[in-house]
Amino acid sequence: MRKPRSGAGQPAPSRTTPIPPGTRDVLPDEMRELRAISGRMRTTFEQAGYGEVHTPALEYEDVLRRGEERAAGARYRTFDEQGAVLALRSDMTIPIARVVATRYAEVDPPLRFCYFAHAWRATERGVGEPREFLQGGLELIGPSAPEGEAEVLELTIAALDAAGLRRHRVGVGDGSLYRRLLEALDVPAERHMPLLECLSRRDLVGLETHVSALGETSERERELLVRLPELRGGREVLERADGPVADAVQGLRALHELLAERGVADRVIFDLGLVRELGYYTGAVFEVYDPAVGFALGGGGRYDDLLGRFGRALPACGMALDVKRVHMAQAAEEALG
Amino acid sequence: MSSGLTIAVPRGALFGGALDLLDALGIETGEVRSNDRRLLFEDAGIVTMRPSDVPTYVEHGSADIGITGKDVLLEQSHRNVYELLDLGFGRCRMVVAAAEGGDPIGSALRRLGRVRIATKYPRIADRHFSQTGRQAEIVEVKGSVELAPLTGLVDGIVDLTATGTTLAENGLRVVEEIEVSTARLIANPVAHKLKAEQIDAIVERVRAR
Repeated sequence: MRKPRSGAGQPAPSRTTPIPPGTRDVLPDEMRELRAISGRMRTTFEQAGYGEVHTPALEYEDVLRRGEERAAGARYRTFDEQGAVLALRSDMTIPIARVVATRYAEVDPPLRFCYFAHAWRATERGVGEPREFLQGGLELIGPSAPEGEAEVLELTIAALDAAGLRRHRVGVGDGSLYRRLLEALDVPAERHMPLLECLSRRDLVGLETHVSALGETSERERELLVRLPELRGGREVLERADGPVADAVQGLRALHELLAERGVADRVIFDLGLVRELGYYTGAVFEVYDPAVGFALGGGGRYDDLLGRFGRALPACGMALDVKRVHMAQAAEEALG
Repeated sequence: MSSGLTIAVPRGALFGGALDLLDALGIETGEVRSNDRRLLFEDAGIVTMRPSDVPTYVEHGSADIGITGKDVLLEQSHRNVYELLDLGFGRCRMVVAAAEGGDPIGSALRRLGRVRIATKYPRIADRHFSQTGRQAEIVEVKGSVELAPLTGLVDGIVDLTATGTTLAENGLRVVEEIEVSTARLIANPVAHKLKAEQIDAIVERVRAR
């Protein structure tokens, strides 16, 4: 058989040397823009007193597991010469919790750190889904709710302003809200899991099916369970959620007041159905959006129990932005004009 | 009238039901009905595509909301989209079918320890057999699945059926039902937050129907 000849209109024979799935090379044009974006975000964080830290990409697997069981799950692992299991970190929050407990053990809070570093996650997704992420974020250790949340949210919005975004919004919810509602309504504990799983999968049809199978609740209570995830918007949604969730919503009302004082309340969407997948969140959870792109740019929340697992119990909250996604949103906003 | 949203509408079996629903919501579909080949209808805010592409466009935000079958969502369960409503139409069943007479699936399991299954829905098929504790080898095909057991390629199939006529005409019978599927309204997770009013308006009107 004759070999196809390469020439005009014919691609050259493949000479590519592969890289692992989900990783990619960044070339100078893109790199320059990524640097500019992370540079402006870094300046915003540093001017607010957040010092940049760097930690090893590899950590002992059991250290990550102490932070969160799932953080040490399916991911890249290797062994050192002693046979210890090492893993590539899946976020910077757990390593910074370790740093605070070991390197700042005697220092009084508040402590403020920012980072620009890669994290790795295995995905079950299709071809080309990224597994290596450049994250830019901040952690605020010491202040409790709602002061900590207000500072983190204001800085997130300011950093994205500096990165060149104009239309970004931050969704704010409470990761414990739905669980507390289930407890307040005396829904038996063994029924919680399927409902919470539907919520986390964003399957509101499945949620309604499971709720209507809850025999021992009143129609009003079932209505509340189905409608809570639909409550999202400005401060008015906090007025509409009362009864058994009034306490949790009280915290979000206080946060709204602080955000209004800081002049950023109109950039925040209260979202009572918001859940984040990571298990260490204990209160408020955040997710960052821009209308120019269809995916979240990052997220975060309050994690008051995490530092205690490393020996220094302090309240904390933080945010992580995916720098590549911020760049995509910035380019898309630019294209829209 | 447009809804202020971009809506992904499936061509194929769900097309008629989807357009009837949009008519009932006051969204102009005349142009879509009279234009078989055009895909994008900007004035009405409608894009048309095959049902299995709807979650892709909605997940990426190229469409804010979309209509697709539960079968598609089950097969693409990794898609990050909101499933907002069961629209009720387009009812069909995801089933396991095998040749009439005898028990080809049971006998393959008994004698060979595994069963060979042809399907266009490899994830649903794999999940169903592993959840029922049976070892299955899934053969993915693109065209008429009914052909596979007739030629001895496989012992049975997993496929969608509305009336069962095609199965019967090819000498196959339903041996297990996996799931009942209907059309669903789905939404992009960012649009669900940033275009909450427009999306809720549609959800309320569908619920009130």
